[in-house]
Amino acid sequence: MDTYADLIECEDVLLFANAAITSTGQREFHSSGHEQRLSLDFLHRYIQGNYPDVYAATLALDINDHNAALIVRNLLKRPGAGDGKLIAWRLARMSPPRVYRLFRNLRRDGINNRRTRAIIRDWLAARPDIAFDAVKYRSAVKAAVRHAHLRLGGELDDFLFTPRDRVRFGTPVLEAWRRAHYEKAALYELPYTVAEGFAARHGIGREVFLERITPRLTRLERLRLTESARKDGADTEADLAAMPLVRLASYLLSGPPVERRADLASALQAAAARVAGPRKGTWGSVVAVLDDSFSSYGSPVKRRRPLAIAVACDYLLEALAGSYQGRWLSRRADPLEMRPVGPTPLGQRIIDALEQRPDRLVIVSDGWDNAPPGLAAEVLRVWRRRLDPAGEVSIVHLNPVYDAEQFDVRRLSPLVPTVGIRDAEDLPALVELAAFAQGRTGLGELRAYLEDRAARR
Amino acid sequence: MIDLAGLATCPAQTWGSVRLVPLVRAEPITDLRLNAKVYGDELSMASLPDKTLYTAYVPHAFVASWTDDGTPAAAYGTQLGRPLRHMCIRTHRRMVRRVDKNRLRFLPLHLALEGFLALHFGGPSMVWEEWSRQAIAHGLSPRVEEAYSGAEVRGLDDALRVFEIYPGQCGLLLYVGDTLASAFVVPHPDDYRALHPTLVRDLYGELIYEYAMFYPARDFLAVIDETRVSSLEDLRAQAVRAEREWADFHDSVMAAGLLLAPAREEEVYRLGRFALRRFLPSFERQRENHIGETIVDESGRLAYLKTFRLSEAQSRRGYLLSVLAEHDWSLPTAASALGTDVATLGLRLERAGFGHLLRQDMLDAYRKAKR
Repeated sequence: MDTYADLIECEDVLLFANAAITSTGQREFHSSGHEQRLSLDFLHRYIQGNYPDVYAATLALDINDHNAALIVRNLLKRPGAGDGKLIAWRLARMSPPRVYRLFRNLRRDGINNRRTRAIIRDWLAARPDIAFDAVKYRSAVKAAVRHAHLRLGGELDDFLFTPRDRVRFGTPVLEAWRRAHYEKAALYELPYTVAEGFAARHGIGREVFLERITPRLTRLERLRLTESARKDGADTEADLAAMPLVRLASYLLSGPPVERRADLASALQAAAARVAGPRKGTWGSVVAVLDDSFSSYGSPVKRRRPLAIAVACDYLLEALAGSYQGRWLSRRADPLEMRPVGPTPLGQRIIDALEQRPDRLVIVSDGWDNAPPGLAAEVLRVWRRRLDPAGEVSIVHLNPVYDAEQFDVRRLSPLVPTVGIRDAEDLPALVELAAFAQGRTGLGELRAYLEDRAARR
Repeated sequence: MIDLAGLATCPAQTWGSVRLVPLVRAEPITDLRLNAKVYGDELSMASLPDKTLYTAYVPHAFVASWTDDGTPAAAYGTQLGRPLRHMCIRTHRRMVRRVDKNRLRFLPLHLALEGFLALHFGGPSMVWEEWSRQAIAHGLSPRVEEAYSGAEVRGLDDALRVFEIYPGQCGLLLYVGDTLASAFVVPHPDDYRALHPTLVRDLYGELIYEYAMFYPARDFLAVIDETRVSSLEDLRAQAVRAEREWADFHDSVMAAGLLLAPAREEEVYRLGRFALRRFLPSFERQRENHIGETIVDESGRLAYLKTFRLSEAQSRRGYLLSVLAEHDWSLPTAASALGTDVATLGLRLERAGFGHLLRQDMLDAYRKAKR
């Protein structure tokens, strides 16, 4: 039997999980970046103060890197809080620039206890090629090494702190960096971001530079540079189908609708099939209500992010479901033509979707139902109370936007679980988590779930 | 009487104290198009027929293009680029000016405001003894009214930014603290999309500025009576009913003050089959008074509308002026028409900002009588 306090804890934990999945401290459509950071900071302090063990365990969930970095920082600030192994595991999954940024923030905040130094040491030791990092993230590596009082040994210490003392380096990438200062050919052995600076210094034309640096590009750099490189006549050979779904959808939406290519659609389908894997076609009949209203534009710093998530979910659900129908708010049908315009008539579209009597209804929206306001909540209430009291149609609302004012993602109705979503790949796990939000399962199960996730990692 | 026929009211969107009610046109008007001309921060001067200069800060002007034979017109901005920016002061020959055959440039709301400011501008028509020498020689000059720019109204910029424009939307009713601040209607959805941001450059009365600080607006949430629903068709019917109820409520209650506002109308310009007109309200106190300008076609269909809500003090001034003019500027007759005495009316005029129209010794006498 759950006590009242248990219920509150259960609610708080889910609220924090939603926030940690969606919020990146950046500007959103309805709130500024400052409001987002302020709200998120409060939430972190609140959860860490009241439920320290749950706070640490959240690292095991699919929360975004921004929040993971915040949690790690807050855990390291208090000696003894959290599990060192879990922290190390999470850092290993984050992108290196983010980890270096975290180390820099630790330095700025003056957090330098034994555990912090050990974690930095172990993380750097586990890097596959630290010399490469030292070239690509030179100042960041320098700051981390300094902060953790480390000696990297060999040439690296010289490279970082007294590079001019050596006439030549034994490590190829360090030597390439030294030679790139005066030899044009050497810079093509460096990572793209470093080579770009040298190319500008040597006055190398963009076209020549892009063509010769292409083999050194990373996966995401290839995608990011595709369009600008094409203007310069170079092909970055991005492997579209291997990209994460949402990133691919963002890339699709970045151009005007007329220029969107059909091969992108097939790449999205392939990526969705890859993500669905063995679950392909196992979800029965699914109908999705997808939000492409003006607010799905996001903000100038997160351009079309909510819309991209909706497009990615559209493709993924198509792969997961036996029979699938996507209902866009604007009544457009082709994802290649999507644009974030128009109001949010969620209520009407939910009725349209329920008419199909699917096994599962998935709503992907930021929850700002405004045409008319509150109709979606009423429709869902009447449906649950009156037309489908047994819950034959399982309904879940996925919300890609953190609402700074409510300290949570915006809900549509108390009768329908709402969970935050950041990457379409997490969709199956989120639907699992939604069961807790529905209030059918209690705190015990939720804690067991968190521990299980932490153990499974 | 303003007729919003052909424009359907859609559900409102709220943000802070601002409620925005979109109006959607089923059939857009294609042979009259509006476009914004953004002037930036310079002063504008217009030379008037009486060889005087009208100087104003005009953030933007509208350019109306029309065709005589009913074929679609192109919006002005699609043909010519933005104005060159090397001039510091723009000189407009007139407030409303034909910039080309079938193209007209006018300063939004300035027609309406000019109409309001020039109301009985000539001053006393009979030289009664109470009026000062200045009133008789110069009329109401200088006549001053104050307004706030939209950027100063708290939350208006954000409300306009997060507003989700409807497909086919041709107009917007803007409420602040559930008081109608401004109505804006254009002929074509494309024009609306282009002109939507100009709402933040418009003028708003003091009332609106203050209401924006104090009165948050709540959404009117749709409510469905679940006892009357037994199938999905019922649910859909109830949803449609909720939407229709809101539209009826809005048109009959919230916008009622606007629709009945115009008491005096005046035609300013003819644009092919359209007419540019301005209107003044009845200046009745304790109710909404809107001044504004419209473009209507020959059948009375509304193509363009822009209004300005007068604040209480402004409508009081308009009211006093119209009562005085109605009674040939005779204070005793006007006072008896208002059901009061001359001294009270004199002091009311002073409080309304017209003290300089009355002779100082008469004013002193009124003050003494009322002490």
